[in-house]
Amino acid sequence: MSTIHLKVNGESHTLDLDPATPLLYALSDDLALRGPKFGCGLGQCGACTVIVKGQAIRSCITPVSTVQNTEITTLEGIGTPERPHPIQQAFIDEGAAQCGFCMSGVMLTAKALVDKVPHPSEQLIEQSLAGVLCRCFTHARMMAAIRRYAAGVAK
Amino acid sequence: MNKAFTGDARAALSRRGFLKASGALVVGFSIFDGVEVAQAQFPGPVALSPSLAQLDSWIAIAADGSITAYSGKEELGQGISTAQMQLVAEELSVPFSKVNLIYCDTAYTPDQAYTSGSQSHPANFNKSNLGQAAATAREALFRMASEKLGAPVTALDAADGVIAVRADRSKRVTYGELVGGRKFQLALDPKAKRKDPGEWKILGTPVKRPDLPDIMTGRFEFVHNVRVPEMLHGRVVRPPAVGARVLSVDEASVRDLPGNVKVVVKKDFVGVVAAKPWQAVQAAAKLKVEWSAGTGLPKQAGFAEQLRQQPVRDQFLLDSGDVDQQLKSAASVMKATYFHPYQMHGSVGSSCAVADVRSDGATLWCSTQAVWYQKTTCAMVLGMKPENVRVIFRRGSGCYGLNGADTVTYDAAVLSQAVGKPVRVQLSRKDEMAWENYGNAYLMDERVALDAGGNIVAWDHEVWTPNLGNRPGTGTPGNVITGKLLGFSPDAFTPRSPAPPPGNFNNNSNGMPSYVAGRIGGVNRNTGTVASERVLVHTVASPLWTGPLRSPARLQNTFAHESFLDEIAAKLKADPVEYRLRHLSNPRLRDMVQEAAKAAKWDARPSPNPKRKPTGVASGRGMACVAYERDNGYAAMVLEVEVTQDTGKIAVRRIVVSNDCGPISNPDGLRNQLEGGALQGISRALGEEVTWDDQKVTSVDWRTYHSLPVGIEVPTIECVLVNRPEEEATGAGETSVTIAAAALGNAIFDATGARLRQIPFTPERIKAALATRA
Repeated sequence: MSTIHLKVNGESHTLDLDPATPLLYALSDDLALRGPKFGCGLGQCGACTVIVKGQAIRSCITPVSTVQNTEITTLEGIGTPERPHPIQQAFIDEGAAQCGFCMSGVMLTAKALVDKVPHPSEQLIEQSLAGVLCRCFTHARMMAAIRRYAAGVAK
Repeated sequence: MNKAFTGDARAALSRRGFLKASGALVVGFSIFDGVEVAQAQFPGPVALSPSLAQLDSWIAIAADGSITAYSGKEELGQGISTAQMQLVAEELSVPFSKVNLIYCDTAYTPDQAYTSGSQSHPANFNKSNLGQAAATAREALFRMASEKLGAPVTALDAADGVIAVRADRSKRVTYGELVGGRKFQLALDPKAKRKDPGEWKILGTPVKRPDLPDIMTGRFEFVHNVRVPEMLHGRVVRPPAVGARVLSVDEASVRDLPGNVKVVVKKDFVGVVAAKPWQAVQAAAKLKVEWSAGTGLPKQAGFAEQLRQQPVRDQFLLDSGDVDQQLKSAASVMKATYFHPYQMHGSVGSSCAVADVRSDGATLWCSTQAVWYQKTTCAMVLGMKPENVRVIFRRGSGCYGLNGADTVTYDAAVLSQAVGKPVRVQLSRKDEMAWENYGNAYLMDERVALDAGGNIVAWDHEVWTPNLGNRPGTGTPGNVITGKLLGFSPDAFTPRSPAPPPGNFNNNSNGMPSYVAGRIGGVNRNTGTVASERVLVHTVASPLWTGPLRSPARLQNTFAHESFLDEIAAKLKADPVEYRLRHLSNPRLRDMVQEAAKAAKWDARPSPNPKRKPTGVASGRGMACVAYERDNGYAAMVLEVEVTQDTGKIAVRRIVVSNDCGPISNPDGLRNQLEGGALQGISRALGEEVTWDDQKVTSVDWRTYHSLPVGIEVPTIECVLVNRPEEEATGAGETSVTIAAAALGNAIFDATGARLRQIPFTPERIKAALATRA
């Protein structure tokens, strides 16, 4: 075990953890965050996605020691039910979920893309989500929500 | 704001004390996720469900007029909780925001068996259960108001939780004043009048799901997020091969690991518990377990045809007795064989449960589809009395049927019992995928007799389907892997052949094609015209676990029926829509076929497309339809596809789906189901197949089990919603998924002339079919 310093959603935390612990466990267990979720533990589905240095990364395969003192943003870090982030609002407006377990992967991947490329082509959006799964297959609404968000950002 | 969950886990724990203290209250109050709601009183723990015949089991009204509805139909992500709140708000003439809904908690909610099989809409939105309870409550409130206000019921109307005299609105009384804080003490009145759909202001409208803001912002509590005081983390160690048994467990192998690791072994069940989840993961990986050799699995290559050689349990769904004669005397006969593989539920989140098992009682937080059955079967697993087990539903990742939710609940319960503390277990991806109850494989022979005019005069459908395990039901925990490892047996397989004659009409499996008459007891009960008909089902023992996967049997059978119908039409050079209509008698299904064709601007002509080219990108359109379970939803789909013929790549461009589920309760929720179902069906048709070697399942992650990701060229999906307020409410969650594979296969045939009879339609299979097309 060792002392680990994490900056999550603007707050600093000091945790006593095995440095090899995947970031996801620190977030969902030690910090009791509900946004990032365990889907596969293999970096294959996206449910655990968080944003670090502008990149959407898979927290289930990221050792906690490698993201110390770096701002980590989870789904709850970008907005709240009372004040949702524009991408969250776009997903709410489009009704773009069924079970909603996959939202971190879909929304944070899309947000990281649009932050970098404000006018992403359809192809670029598709490529960015090629490793994200939604088994309810709410794809059509998700793509509509991402387009809606991107259009708002571009204004 | 209204809430549609069974409350926060921490609140549930404290509620134990509350219940003991307040047993004498008629209606209590409780905090559910920070919201105070009225609560009908069922002193827990309880052995039996609140009576479905009693109004107080369904509806409670607080002194402030807020309404709490209790339902045995849970939210699986399909939006039915929103629709149930709309239903109650509508019948009671209150704003949607005034209704809270509590579902599937054995301390409070009525036992409505499973939430499955497209049954929630029919069960609660027709003249029984929740809908009838709300109507009964409204009439009771009007009677009470009539007495209080001294005016006849006919002179009153209700709005916003207030009943007033129409001619003098100063004469008014609120629901809270009439019954707030008291029970109705009334039986459900089967004669209570439901509101005329023409008057609906809330039901039938696209009310937005109130749970979405929490879900989209990471605040929503899934079962995976349940945290209770003193909770530890468990991990199971499943056998390395099917049928392998525990020989020895070396507890010393994890003794020095951090997290105060405990090893739990019960027969062939092995698990570990540690203070933190990552510690449990590592302990499970390092625990040395010696296993016996597995019992072996049959070769996957040739598995389908091998099904014909197995001992069978036979059942006739239909047998008009003249099929062989018709086939002999027919102008022509056509036949074809189709195969649908085992497929997975493959929930995005692996299954999870939290159990708090103490010597005097157990509380389980889980995503089972049947809390009351989990209560009785988990009591068996724990050796406890069912009345001492409370099961609280918490939403999981979308399950699409019997995923790992029941088995992981047993896992958590057994581990918690062993260590005397609450234990959370979330399965690994591999443990979820290697041991779930897969959707059944189906080998299907289709055969028809045609007359000289090209009409179908006899239809013969014969299937072989392997089966092992199922839902645990009321008393069979061995139907899922954990129960089996603990020493419980699955449902026995008992061969039986020949089959007895068909019993009552039952087309819940859609074993009967839509085109047959379904004549039983002298009455045509199915949706078609073909009078000579036989449907024979051979169940065989399965080497892999099986259980209901979204549209179980219905999807597999429909893939064969709707593909075969298309083959017949093509052989006869008939337009596939016209040919369907020629053999359909049911007006609602006929309407769906016509509505979809119209919306898609169907190009009426035979398939394949006479203008098709043998190379390059080919385009085509296909149609399929279903009367789901014969009378539980009607739908048709037109699908347009592009096939890259040198690579076998498929791109679905457009899907038009028509749907009739009786009165539409929430058109947006319905669209969401049709859209998602269509794409899920496409994913299942294009890539999904359970694979195995001679010892074990090998499709154990998302590299080896192929689901379409979000990042695809999503086709345009258009829904034609046909509202039939005069009809009964039917299911709508499984119609479009049922017809997608056939619509896709038929479109590929139209584009290329190549017929695909085996799912999934992999590029290799497509190229092989293209190479051998006529």
